[in-house]
Amino acid sequence: MKSIRLFLLFVVMLAVATSGCSGDAPDSGVVLQRGLASDPESLDQHKARSTQAADVLRDIGEGLVAYSATGELVPAAAERWEASDDGLTYTFHLRPEARWSNGEPVTAAHFVFGLRRLVAPETAAFYANLLDAVVNAPEIVAGKQPPESLGVEAADELTLLVRLARPTPYIVRLFSHPSTFPLHPATVAEHGNSFARPGKLLSNGAFVLDAWVPGSIIALRRNEHYWNNEKTALDGVNHHVIVQDATELNRYRAGELHITSTVPPDNFAELRAQFGGELRIAPYLGIYYYGFNLTRPPFKDNPAVRQALSMAIDRDTLAKKVVGRGEAPAYSWVPPGVNNYEPTVFSFAALTQEERNKVARRLYKEAGYSKERPLRFELRYNTSDRHTKIAVAIQSMWSEVLGVEATLINEEFQVLLANMRDAEVTQVFRSSWIGDYDDAHTFLSVLRAGSASNMPRYANDDFESLMQRAAEQVDLDRRKLYLEEAERVMLADHPVIPLYFFVSNHLVSPDVRGWADNVLDYHYSHHLSLSAAD
Amino acid sequence: MLRYTLLRVLGAIPTLLLVIALAFLMVHAAPGGPFDDERAIPADVAANIERAYHLDEALPKQFARYLSGLVRGDLGPSYRYRDHTVSELIGASFPLSMRLGALAMALAIAVGVGAGTFAALKQGSYLDRWVMALSMTGISIPVFVLAPVLVLLFAVKLQWLPAGWSGTAGASRLVLPVITLALPQIAYIARLTRASMIDVLGRDFIRTARAQGLGTLTVVRLHALKPAMLPVLSYMGPAIAAILTGSVVVEEIFGIPGLGQFFVRGALNRDYTLVLGIVVFYATLIIFLNLIVDVLYGAIDPRVRHR
Repeated sequence: MKSIRLFLLFVVMLAVATSGCSGDAPDSGVVLQRGLASDPESLDQHKARSTQAADVLRDIGEGLVAYSATGELVPAAAERWEASDDGLTYTFHLRPEARWSNGEPVTAAHFVFGLRRLVAPETAAFYANLLDAVVNAPEIVAGKQPPESLGVEAADELTLLVRLARPTPYIVRLFSHPSTFPLHPATVAEHGNSFARPGKLLSNGAFVLDAWVPGSIIALRRNEHYWNNEKTALDGVNHHVIVQDATELNRYRAGELHITSTVPPDNFAELRAQFGGELRIAPYLGIYYYGFNLTRPPFKDNPAVRQALSMAIDRDTLAKKVVGRGEAPAYSWVPPGVNNYEPTVFSFAALTQEERNKVARRLYKEAGYSKERPLRFELRYNTSDRHTKIAVAIQSMWSEVLGVEATLINEEFQVLLANMRDAEVTQVFRSSWIGDYDDAHTFLSVLRAGSASNMPRYANDDFESLMQRAAEQVDLDRRKLYLEEAERVMLADHPVIPLYFFVSNHLVSPDVRGWADNVLDYHYSHHLSLSAAD
Repeated sequence: MLRYTLLRVLGAIPTLLLVIALAFLMVHAAPGGPFDDERAIPADVAANIERAYHLDEALPKQFARYLSGLVRGDLGPSYRYRDHTVSELIGASFPLSMRLGALAMALAIAVGVGAGTFAALKQGSYLDRWVMALSMTGISIPVFVLAPVLVLLFAVKLQWLPAGWSGTAGASRLVLPVITLALPQIAYIARLTRASMIDVLGRDFIRTARAQGLGTLTVVRLHALKPAMLPVLSYMGPAIAAILTGSVVVEEIFGIPGLGQFFVRGALNRDYTLVLGIVVFYATLIIFLNLIVDVLYGAIDPRVRHR
């Protein structure tokens, strides 16, 4: 009786499973096939958040400025700009030939519309605070001022004025971020919140959204109205959503992808031997670190112990042997290669690991710990092979050098995030930070007292005042000195243990032309072209 | 009959409500939220986002809001796929999972029963031993090992078949996933069929059939297959369960945008509406299918209606 019932159930299910599968993207012309590590949250630039969303949005849209293939800031929708002497007003002159994908000109009013929507509370944009330096932006986000009071203004069709509350030398770079792209008001008015769908979304970049099958593919085709369309070599780009790096590698091997979004962390030496020059490893603006919870014992008010733990980690071994994809050991918080900045490094960076261990042991002993009375604490990280390998390695370094007994606790990512945010159970935790723009501020501001991402709950008045002074500085050289000094003050307090700086890693087919490694890991598809390898 | 059907439908509603309530409580009890990230959101911005998605309301109010949407057939917008509604995502992914599962099941039955029958007929021969050895291997190799091996062989080395899913879908893209999903089931079904076929072939009525001068194939087709299928039939339940759970892994490995993948992602991303939507969908589906079966039973066998 029961088996017949199940069989009937199956027959009914089979009957339901008829046909009907959507989303066949046209593969006409020269089409670049790229891997994308996850679906964008949205192609509405204000609901988007991930770097994957930004990768796609940079293909579709264009901001006032952009980056060249090698990572230099270049004019884009604006052909030039100038700052006032006090550094508080920026004037952007838009390119008269810039067009939307329906042929309409891109005007300053479209930028104003987009930027006001970015900060309007009802938009609930993730990057709403990106333009905090613009007049009234924080007040609008907090709902205390109307969006119309934002310090941006269309002086005429092609002139955009941006007024700042304080000099912010990196502001021009922010206008390459997708959340600052222009929006076409009539499209948003017509389609409301669903304007970012295929067939509705207007773009001012090199490509237009053709199809999007969540979990599978985002297909883009050439935007015939793009002002620089002549220079666009590709007729289309397919961003294939592939979450598993091993699957992505297989598809690259099978010749189905030209560019991968990453490579699997294991067997890296083999990959290097197999792929040679196709494997592209480059420094990337990101840091992997361990944070201390500075509100709880044993690390509250205990910088000497924090320093001992930091010094006892052999970062070179960690970066080369444990992580091993070409990552650089981190002796500073801001990664090297940041525009107009010279990272301050730990004073112990010049010592050998043996000498560091000696100092670490002394500090540890002075703090009252010993073999009989070891320091015990919990180290939390989110579940993943890589994080586990790193945690186990560091646990044993601490144990060998100092005799510390660290308990490893792995948690699901969301659980770890909640624990870090609440700061009630954490002692040491794993985290990382990816720069939003090419400036030291995006790293140093993480540890400011009011920052939501300041997971260690670091607070130091000297650091705050240096950051404040840097923020008020128009002179780039003096600003640089303030920021470097702020980093020095912060590092001396050891609120975090910087471990290594990220690298970007891609497989790039020999057919791809125009690829260049850059520290931002931005690779606009319109810089690339394809040619048969043979 | 109508009254019986109506009673069954009404009886399903409390079950469904209970499932929804439990699922709602469980997703909200999980630590973290849909918008948590290493890149924490400043308080003002977070407040705006929570307001926009009604996460600032008390849980009972959120539940009431969800139920009222559900009554109107609205599963809400996905928190992670913000341009898409949950209904859209399910609508696009379910047929794919269904097709994958149904094809795998059909393949498993066809090949499994065929191989098992032949092995039984040639009991003790090389063919038999080969089938049994292969099926033992099929049972012991887990899907997450089998899939990469098949990909390596057929997609990377031989380049006969595509390595994974893609929007430009051809039927060839389903071949490897379907085989991966079906292989362990083929193995089980082959062994079950063989054992039960050997048992049936030894019975008296088969000897009678043979004595009447019928050929082996005719005997199998007309007399042996039906009774031999009973153990296989009762294995269908576990097989469907295995294929449903297996499809989550296979979808992940081949990058197929099926329902299983969205379910797993949804849970990891704390995409409350997506997870709830899929739970509600699955629950409704199972209740509905059982309902159909019950009603069919009722129609076939009137005694059921009065039990």
